[in-house]
Amino acid sequence: MKQLMLGNEAVARGLYEAGCRFVSSYPGTPSTEITEAIAKYEEVYAEWAPNEKVAMEAAFGASMAGRRSFCGMKHVGLNVAADPLFTISYTGVNAGMVIGVADDAGMHSSQNEQDSRHYAMAAKIPMLEPADSGEALAFAKLAYELSERFDTPVLLKMCTRVSHSQSVVETGSRAETLKEYEKDIPKYVMMPGNAKRRHPVVEARTQALVEYAETAEINRVENGKSNAIGFLTSSTSYQYVKEVFGDQYPVLKLGMIWPMPEKKIHSFAESVEKLVVVEELDGFIEAHCKSLGLACVGKDSFSCIDELSQNKVASAMGICKTCGTALDAPIPARPPVMCAGCPHRGLFYTLKKNKLTVLGDIGCYTLGAVAPLQAVDSVICMGASVSGLHGFSKSQEGAADNKTVAVIGDSTFMHSGITGLVNMAYNESNATVIIVDNSITGMTGHQQNPTTGFNLKGDPCAKIDLETLCRAVGIQRVRVIDPYNLAECDAVIKEELAANEPSVIISRRPCALLKYVKHKAPLTVNSDKCVGCKACMKIGCPAISIIDGKAKVDATQCVGCGVCEQLCKVGALTEV
Amino acid sequence: METKNIMIVGVGGQGSLLASKLLGRLLLSRGYDIKVSEVHGMSQRGGSVVTYVRFGDKVYSPIIDKGEADYIVSFELLEAARWTEYLKPNGKIITNIQQINPMPVIIGAAEYPQDLIQKMQGANIDVDAFDALTLAEQAGSAKAVNIVLMGHLSKNFDFTLEQWLEAIEQSVPAKFLELNKKAFTLGRNA
Repeated sequence: MKQLMLGNEAVARGLYEAGCRFVSSYPGTPSTEITEAIAKYEEVYAEWAPNEKVAMEAAFGASMAGRRSFCGMKHVGLNVAADPLFTISYTGVNAGMVIGVADDAGMHSSQNEQDSRHYAMAAKIPMLEPADSGEALAFAKLAYELSERFDTPVLLKMCTRVSHSQSVVETGSRAETLKEYEKDIPKYVMMPGNAKRRHPVVEARTQALVEYAETAEINRVENGKSNAIGFLTSSTSYQYVKEVFGDQYPVLKLGMIWPMPEKKIHSFAESVEKLVVVEELDGFIEAHCKSLGLACVGKDSFSCIDELSQNKVASAMGICKTCGTALDAPIPARPPVMCAGCPHRGLFYTLKKNKLTVLGDIGCYTLGAVAPLQAVDSVICMGASVSGLHGFSKSQEGAADNKTVAVIGDSTFMHSGITGLVNMAYNESNATVIIVDNSITGMTGHQQNPTTGFNLKGDPCAKIDLETLCRAVGIQRVRVIDPYNLAECDAVIKEELAANEPSVIISRRPCALLKYVKHKAPLTVNSDKCVGCKACMKIGCPAISIIDGKAKVDATQCVGCGVCEQLCKVGALTEV
Repeated sequence: METKNIMIVGVGGQGSLLASKLLGRLLLSRGYDIKVSEVHGMSQRGGSVVTYVRFGDKVYSPIIDKGEADYIVSFELLEAARWTEYLKPNGKIITNIQQINPMPVIIGAAEYPQDLIQKMQGANIDVDAFDALTLAEQAGSAKAVNIVLMGHLSKNFDFTLEQWLEAIEQSVPAKFLELNKKAFTLGRNA
C-alpha cells in the first residue's frame, strides 16, 4: 500500500518488516521518531535507554542472543556510544544489528555539525545512506541482510532532511527471523589474544564489502544526456543535484557510503570529462576519490558548512537562479524561547539575579542563555555541566564556590550527569548542582526517562528517585524547590552555595506542555496600578508585552504560573 | 506537470504540522509524488518555523529554495514578511493578519515593523491577507487557524470541496471533525 511516511517512520517500518525484535535508543533530534514509531509495533520490544552507550550495548546483547536488534541516536549520541561501536566491529553479530545515526547539518537542534560518516571508516563498519523515505525503508531491511551476511553491525545514516521529510513509500509484510545463541569465546570475548585474531577478520570483511559495493544495486549509475560532467553524490545531495540538473548529466549515487566501490568510481570518473562530488558537510567521498588518485571538484566549490540546497548546488555550478524580493524593512528575528509557564524560567531568573556563573547542559533549559535572561555561561554536551562545574570550582581553590552552579535536566542527569556527580562527591567538590526536573525529556518532544515512572510504550514502570540517587553517590545535602516560588528558589540557592560541601538542588515542576498539568487562569494587568516599570519583562515570558507604556498579558498564552506576579512591586498583575 | 511548491510558515506551536498532514493526504489521494519537510526540536519552542510541501510527477528535493514557492501560507504577519524571498515571481502569499511579538520585540531590542501588508504590496508581491484567527474562533477554537488557512488556500486549486473534506476526515480526530470542517469552510468562503 502506498503511504506518505516520515523518513524516520519509514526506517521503523523497514526494521519491523525485517523482523527486528529488540530496540534500545536514546532520544535526540532528528533521530527520535524512529524509536517512537517502532514502539507502536506489538511484535517489537522497544525501550528508551538512559544513554546511547547503554542502548548500543543492549542492542548488541540482543543480537548476540539471536534477535535482530536496533539502536537509534543523533550524531553526537554516536560519540557517547563510540566505545562499544569500535569493538562490536571486531566481534561482529549473531542476529543482524543495525545502528541508526541521524546527522543535523545546519544544526536545527544540535550543538555541532559533525559528520558521522567518519565513524564508519574509523570503526570499519559498513554505512548505508538513504535519500528519501522509500530508501529509508528498503535500506533498513537491506542493513539486516548485510549485517548477517558479512557478520558486522551496520550503520544506517540519516540526516535532518531525510529523517523529517515525508515521501511516498510502499509497505510490505513482516518476516520473522530468529537465531540460536552459541557460546563462542574467540568471537565475543575481546581480550587482546582474541581481538588480535579478530582484527584481520575485520580487514578481510571490509575487502569483501568493497567487492559487494561494486555490484550492489544501491550504488547506481543514472545516465545523462552529456558526459561533460559526472556527479558522484548520495543522500539529500543527490536530490539537490537531480532537482537542478534532472537527467542532463550522469550521476553515480552511492547508497552505501562506506566502504566505497573503488572500481565503479574509477570507471564512472573515466566515463565523464569532469567528476563533481556533491556531499553535505565534510569532503568524505572527495577524500576517498583523491586517495584513489582521481581528480575531482568537491569542497573547493561546495561549502563544508551548513546544509546544501538546490540553489547552493546551482550556484556552485555557476547557475544563477532568481530569488524573490526581500522586503526593504528590518525583520526582527524570532528565536526559540522558553514557553509561557516554563518551570525553568523562575530558576534562571534567580540565578541571574544572584549573578552566578552557570555551567549549562543540553535540553530546553539551554534557552536560559538567550536574552533577556542570559544566565548560562557554557553548554558543551550531555553531562558536561556537572563535570565542568567540578573543574571550574576546584581549580579556583574556593574562589568560585559561592557563585558557581551547574544546571542539568532530569533526563540529561540520568544520561551522563551521575558520573560527574560521583566525581564531585569522591574528589570533594564544594559546589552546587541544580537538577531541573520537569518530569519528562522535553526538548526532543516529551519522551519518558528513568525518573518519570513510565516506559517508552507509556506503561507504568520502575521510577528512579533522584533524591535517593544523589544521596547514594555521596551527596549529603539534597534539597527540593518549586521554581514557581521565587523567594524559595532564592533562599535555598543562597543556603546551598554557602554550605561547605557539595550539594544538589532539585528544581521540580512538570513541563507546562504536559497534557496532565492543570493550569491556573491567565493573569490580568490592572492598568490603573501598572506603572510601566518593566520588572515583569525581566523573565522573558512570551505572554507579556508592554503596549502603550503598560504591561499586557496575552491570555491565549498565559498559564497563570504567577512568576511575573511575584516581580510586580505595585501589585498590578493579578489572577482574574 | 511542473512541481508545485507550498510553504507553510508560522510560529512554533501554531499547528503547521496538521496543515501539512492535511495537504499530504489530499495530494497522495490525487496520485501525486509528494515531499513534505518539517522541522522538529529546538525551533518548535516559539521560534520561526517553516514546512515545505512539494508535489508533482516526480519530486526530488525535500525543501523549497529562494524564488521557488508558488504559495506561502503564513500563520502570522511578520513570518509572511520574513520569507518573501522564497516566492516565485508570480507566487502568492496567503497570510493571517495576527501579530505575535517575537522575543527581541518583547524585550525592546527590536520593533515589530509597521504596515507590512502595504510594504509587501509595494514590492509587487501578491498578498491575500485576512483574519483567520477570528474565523477559527467562530468555528469553535483559536487552534483551528491552521484549517481556516487551508480553506483559504484551497480556493487556488481545482480540487473539489469533497476531496478536501475527505482529507480532513483522515487527518483530525473524530471529535474535532465538525469543528475543523466548519473552520475549513469559513476559510474557503473568506
